Amino acid sequence: MILQDKDRIFTNLYGQFDWRLEGARKRGVWAGTKDMLELGRETVLQTVKEAEVRGRGGAGFPAGLKWSFMPKQSDGRPHYLVVNADESEPGTCKDREIMRYDPHRLLEGCLIGCFAMGANTCYIYIRGEFYQEAQHLQHAIDEAYEAGLIGKNACKSGWDCDIYLHRGAGAYICGEETALLESLEGKKGMPRLKPPFPAQLGVYGCPTTVNNVETIAVVPEIMRRGVSWWTGIGRPKNHGTKLFCISGHVNKPCNVEESLGIPMKELLERHAGGVRGGWDNLLAVIPGGSSVPCIPKPTCDDILMDFDALRDAQTGLGTAAVIVMDKSTDIVAAIARLSLFYMHESCGQCTPCREGTGWMWRVLTRMVQGRAQIEEIDKLWDVTKEVEGHTICALGDAAAWPVQGLIRHFRPEIESRIVNYQKTHGSRTVPVAAE
Amino acid sequence: MPTLTINDKEITVPAGVNVLQACELAGFEIPRFCYHERLSVAGNCRMCLVEMERAPKPIAACHMPAGDGMKIWTDSDLVRKARRGVMEFLLINHPLDCPICDQGGECDLQDQAMAYGFDRSRYEENKRAVPEKEMGPLIKTIMTRCIHCTRCIRFAAEVAGVEELGAIGRGEHMEVTTLEQAIDSEMSGNLVDLCPVGALTSRPYAFSARPWELRKTPSIDVMDAVGSNIRVDTRGREVMRVLPRLHEDVNEEWIHDKTRHACDGLRRQRLDRPFIRDEGGRLRQASWDEAFDAVAKRLKSKRKPEKIAAIAGDLCDAESMLALRDLMHALGTPNLECRQDGAKLDPTRRAGYIFNTTIAGIEEADACLLVGTNPRWEAPLINTRLRKRFLEGGFKVGMIGEPVELTYQVDYLGAGTDTLKQIAEGKNAFADVLKTAERPMIVVGTGALARPDGAAVLALARQMALDFGMVSEEWSGFNVLHTAAARVGGLDLGFVPGEGGKDLEGILDATSSGDIDTVFLLGADEIDMDRLGKAFVIYQGHHGDAGAHRADVVLPGAAYTEKNATYVNTEGRVQLARLAAQPPGDAREDWAILRALSDYVLKSPLPYDTLGEVRQKLIETSRTFAAVDHVAPAEWGDFAQEGPIESRPFALPVANFYMTDPISRNSETMARCTATFILPKQEATGTDG
Repeated sequence: MILQDKDRIFTNLYGQFDWRLEGARKRGVWAGTKDMLELGRETVLQTVKEAEVRGRGGAGFPAGLKWSFMPKQSDGRPHYLVVNADESEPGTCKDREIMRYDPHRLLEGCLIGCFAMGANTCYIYIRGEFYQEAQHLQHAIDEAYEAGLIGKNACKSGWDCDIYLHRGAGAYICGEETALLESLEGKKGMPRLKPPFPAQLGVYGCPTTVNNVETIAVVPEIMRRGVSWWTGIGRPKNHGTKLFCISGHVNKPCNVEESLGIPMKELLERHAGGVRGGWDNLLAVIPGGSSVPCIPKPTCDDILMDFDALRDAQTGLGTAAVIVMDKSTDIVAAIARLSLFYMHESCGQCTPCREGTGWMWRVLTRMVQGRAQIEEIDKLWDVTKEVEGHTICALGDAAAWPVQGLIRHFRPEIESRIVNYQKTHGSRTVPVAAE
Repeated sequence: MPTLTINDKEITVPAGVNVLQACELAGFEIPRFCYHERLSVAGNCRMCLVEMERAPKPIAACHMPAGDGMKIWTDSDLVRKARRGVMEFLLINHPLDCPICDQGGECDLQDQAMAYGFDRSRYEENKRAVPEKEMGPLIKTIMTRCIHCTRCIRFAAEVAGVEELGAIGRGEHMEVTTLEQAIDSEMSGNLVDLCPVGALTSRPYAFSARPWELRKTPSIDVMDAVGSNIRVDTRGREVMRVLPRLHEDVNEEWIHDKTRHACDGLRRQRLDRPFIRDEGGRLRQASWDEAFDAVAKRLKSKRKPEKIAAIAGDLCDAESMLALRDLMHALGTPNLECRQDGAKLDPTRRAGYIFNTTIAGIEEADACLLVGTNPRWEAPLINTRLRKRFLEGGFKVGMIGEPVELTYQVDYLGAGTDTLKQIAEGKNAFADVLKTAERPMIVVGTGALARPDGAAVLALARQMALDFGMVSEEWSGFNVLHTAAARVGGLDLGFVPGEGGKDLEGILDATSSGDIDTVFLLGADEIDMDRLGKAFVIYQGHHGDAGAHRADVVLPGAAYTEKNATYVNTEGRVQLARLAAQPPGDAREDWAILRALSDYVLKSPLPYDTLGEVRQKLIETSRTFAAVDHVAPAEWGDFAQEGPIESRPFALPVANFYMTDPISRNSETMARCTATFILPKQEATGTDG
């Protein structure tokens, strides 16, 4: 089950080798790219479909299916590939490593993606805070142009492919695909209403596909090594390797490439040196970046790290950013902090998210001290349910889920705080709003 | 034509409608805040969530196109729960200040909270407070009440064409704001109507009345020649406010700021009793009897009828002009003039003086040439229609005259007659645009006609209309844009010089020289009073403006909100204004004054005693008055005399949009608007700028 070194795609994940073109070529990047393109558009698309590559950005939507939504024939409008490099999910730092230590892998993927979707232009929308990453990526783009790998007649394949790097300004919401497109167009980063989906009406009103960096970067390797290699890793419908970002209360926080479906316990103990103070000191884990619900230790004991297993445990793989919390963690305060993040990052466009994120944060902040009523836990649950599924984009869901996870698994903790606070401060602890 | 099932009821709807519209068609009400039929879809309030078969989440009805075979539920548990949730979110940060909110009683949030909300609040945190924004003399802001529906932003950007509103901040700190300056748009008052809550309210109307106290009278606006449909809200005999009324072919559902806010001018400087100038040169109050006697003495004395003249002003209704025309004809004078701006319009052919394309017809045009006009100030709603057409694409607009900023892209071609001639001769690139267009239109403003060579300009424009294929069986692209509500009515009923009669220039020359010594001004305030010389002036009107100051006898009439009256707009559309409040003091309906005067002046008085009889006479005079709210295509033919054209730029007739007539000149609100929007610009370009 454990990924062997030979199966790793991101062989310069830790930056120990040269990230420039020369080094990348030594690691096999840009090898036989022309041959891949000569297979033809349909074959490339079919390969990605058969490999069942699920999007690495969080939602896990099959990339091949997404690519196939693009019109087969252009109606006169150009097609675009947009790479979502606005990696802002708290706990996540995988795309960053790809861009600063292995940028050519991404560029090769961009070329193949463009080719498969009939796009001649690719935009990479990179998070504004990623300064060095943007520099490296731009350098790599320049190198690739110079070497004729992209640009006119890329890799001498006859296909033109221009790649542009666009730096964002650091808003979390711009990682939402349609908000990203708005931002790319120079507008305020606010998600668009769907339908129409980007494949029909994307950037500048043209068919567009938005993919995560990692999704795009693994495609060339699948092409090179074959679908069976890829599907041989992981579980059915959860194939391939995945970059895990392990942070929090582990002995050695790290990024690591592992096969999907690795047991969480094994992932933490093998690569991150185990939970601080031993496995029994574990309180909870947020398995996929801040927007998925946390799971308590008993669930963590035997959970597998892939899309479907985590979904069955009422959480999600998300971006595979594993945030580990040991028993020293104030779990209510931790979730309240995430709530503050979502309140801050809500774009303010639609009502439930704009108003609900602030409400959730305020109630949670009181609950950290226990300054609340027991009934308010149910009210908070209700509020999360009123936000979830009623918003334009998924930020509303992302704000609601961590709170739901908290109430689902740690209700006794909140209750005991409230009871303790009432013991010392009297029972009427909630001030009535100044109205 | 998709067929879908809504709450188990099958309905076929026109293609292109959204689920919300389909639900309305099926008879199910969908609550909404951000959605507005005439604005783009924002989908951000989330109030219109409905359940759709196979959709994992409730969908926003306003944004989902109605598709064949869809199954929609608008009243399921899921939907009710979603609506209650959204309603709760909208209310948590909305102040509960309905008792002191001007929107109270006509507030969407209030109404929908009653219908779809909780009965109590569960929010125990402090509410958000938002600083007020400066939006000028017309719009009062209480931004804490804002629910961020962005209707105002969309209206400003899409309909008004001024990108001066936007939202700053994110999340719950998002604020709708201007750039710390008033919204410089003549359409800004509509923002107040659009705002579903009390965040944007009318500043002049602030705290003055509650909607349930007001009597609502449907009527017609006279501030320009568009004839916008309005609703006049009165309390007692005071007009409290003016609101738009829906008329798809005229004003859609917008009105401009002068229409809306000049109504406070109806309270000031009113003529509420007759006046006679005494020997000392002072106007003194008089009874109707005395005033009529004074007029009769003058008109009945053995005076040659050619020494009498009558001029009708901009706000006159058709009934009063008919009565004055009949009175003057009975006296035998041919000197009648309803074109007080001096426009050289030819009254013989209706197609030569109306807006033949019609306002709604603009949407079918594909090229437009504006000649000597600033539609933004002369007819903002026509300007709005032009912008609407422009946004559809494939619509080129050329402009000759003073370069003014319109709300759409305009090819500025030149300042005056030379450019017009060039186009007529095909020597200008825009001539090709007109030639290749399928339905081109030309709009001739009064700026191009109110000049000595106006008739020749009109003739040239007529020739251009023929040359560029603007006149055919299906399309009529020749348009005159009037600035006065009275003008087309006056021309229709023949309030023009009779045989041997003098036009405006002739009358004014004659009064200066003394050839005419008695002038009857029916609400005519915009002529050069100095040129009336020593003439005896009878002024009938409703405001103590220029005309009353010059008059020897003043007869107090009724303003447009105070009479049942007929107006014809620039398209030739006959519309009826209704009495919303009684005229002040001794003032009376204008046609009735003239009818009473005829008892004193004529041997046999005017032959009508009721409004019905006057209107009968109107119809006998011109059949167009028979068809109310209907535009019959006018027959094309010969009009306008060709002649030499001076090489001179066109001047614009409106110098200050906010003050064009006695009512708006006496409006405090319009004075504030002038100070805010007009004076700073004038100073900046003048010698002291």
